[in-house]
Amino acid sequence: MSKILAFVESRDNKIKNAGFETASTAVKLANELGIEAEVLLIGNNLSSAANELAAYGVKKVLLAEDSKLEKYSTTAYSKVAAEAAKQSGADIILLSATAMGKDISPRLSAKLEAGLVADCTEIKAEGGNITATRPVYAGKAYIDVQVTSPVKIFTLRPNVFKPVKAEGINSEIQKLDISLADSDFAVQVKEVVVSNEKLDVTEANIVVSGGRGLKAPENFHLVEDLAKVLGGAAGASRAIVDAGWRPHSEQVGQTGKTVAPSLYIAVGISGAIQHLAGMSSSKCIVAINKDKDAPIFQIADYGIVGDAVEIMPVLTEEFKKVLSN
Amino acid sequence: MKIAVCVSQVPDTTTKVKVGSDGKTIDPAGVTYIINPYDEFAVEAALQLKEKQGGETIVVSVGKDSNKEAIKKAYAMGIEKGILVKSDSEMDSYSVARNLADVLKEVNPDIIFFGKQSIDYDDSQVGSLVAEMLNIPSINVVVSLNVEGNKITCEREIEGGKEVVESSLPAAICAQRGLNNPRYPNLKGIMAAKSKPIEERQPTYTENKTEIIGMSLPKPKPKGKIVGTDVSAVPELVKLLREEAKVI
Repeated sequence: MSKILAFVESRDNKIKNAGFETASTAVKLANELGIEAEVLLIGNNLSSAANELAAYGVKKVLLAEDSKLEKYSTTAYSKVAAEAAKQSGADIILLSATAMGKDISPRLSAKLEAGLVADCTEIKAEGGNITATRPVYAGKAYIDVQVTSPVKIFTLRPNVFKPVKAEGINSEIQKLDISLADSDFAVQVKEVVVSNEKLDVTEANIVVSGGRGLKAPENFHLVEDLAKVLGGAAGASRAIVDAGWRPHSEQVGQTGKTVAPSLYIAVGISGAIQHLAGMSSSKCIVAINKDKDAPIFQIADYGIVGDAVEIMPVLTEEFKKVLSN
Repeated sequence: MKIAVCVSQVPDTTTKVKVGSDGKTIDPAGVTYIINPYDEFAVEAALQLKEKQGGETIVVSVGKDSNKEAIKKAYAMGIEKGILVKSDSEMDSYSVARNLADVLKEVNPDIIFFGKQSIDYDDSQVGSLVAEMLNIPSINVVVSLNVEGNKITCEREIEGGKEVVESSLPAAICAQRGLNNPRYPNLKGIMAAKSKPIEERQPTYTENKTEIIGMSLPKPKPKGKIVGTDVSAVPELVKLLREEAKVI
């Protein structure tokens, strides 16, 4: 293993949080292996973003800038990433397991004939190789995986690897010269639609989710009200998504989104195994449910056995009171 | 129009995972296997496109003999032809994709549908891998799609929103929940699927690029605290979250 290349995601000329996590992890892993780490930025007008990476110990940034790269393109970004990997001679490539990273990484894997381990929650140098740990079955189990091909690709689950600041580092910025043809933009993003400023459950530090115990769709605001007071996001169980109360984009569970916030409050959710799979790695879990035997209480740190519709308004008021002090 | 859809067979979502005797994969005892839920959205998308534009549909799967059940489910929903690349060995996403790509090169479809991920290994790789191997565009996590002539426009989910993505055919489309409502097969479809032949093939590629060295279960949590049984427990709960758990 000779060099690490970390693709760091940016949108609208700004580096995403997950990007700093990946850059910082690359630096740490490179130190452990005694090799170099370089960061790749793809987009347009990224010089100031590139300068932010020194604070995370990045010594060299490869910059692929082009007005045509302003908007994300699956095919063009994959090509640039593969070219950058070849030019730099990197044989370990890290990306974030975000929508963009998950989109680019398999294409990169095929281009470089490199094994890919997706959505890692741990990555370590061990006995001359790298061992990555990742959840499978939506977190019901974990596997340890090694890559057997010469070039190795890993994507890192967001919010798991903490970025570490470094001091006194200046990063060298090298502009990459990669020629792009129109045919490289076979897939092109035309527009990004932000869902009315609502925080996504996967990005929130606090998630409040509702289920059948809310009794009626018009009671879902009880969940949203508390999420708002706590600065978190509202989620839903599969039962109420299937019933048409909530959109699938809010569903937490094995066929929905996997979340691991600091605080997860399950409101009127019994805790079917497929729901638990999507949220059980949350740091602190609170359950409010009428049924004392509901499986959600098996994994909850704190619980109230009671009617969610009665408890929620009081709970929201109590948080409001406490947080304003 | 030639429409292909790729499916896999996975443990259903109610499965309680136990580590198998090899220490690397799950213990299959007592596990119910189903078609991968995301693949049902892919099958439905293939059928809707055929109903709109005409053409033929084909389902392809790589894996064990039991994957025939997933193909039969696709048949029962209305897919016309099926190919199983049969292999008893564990294949990683790269290897599965290479085998799919080899079959699809020959089938030469205008569009290929995948589920956005299988719910066993949650890799989210195969659709994009196949697309790159066939040198065609791929669009992931698709929640809406519109095909007009040679052009395809999709909405795909990203963190906190959607991207509107445009591409040309042939292309690989990876379906997300919400794209459609998969139809329930009727009795006639289920009966017909039972006797419909499935073409079997040998794998063309068997080398994995990743190796699982161990599987483990998450550590069990210590039993939590029941704070109370009605609204009077609320102040105590908030206090515990602030002072004990320190999450607020």
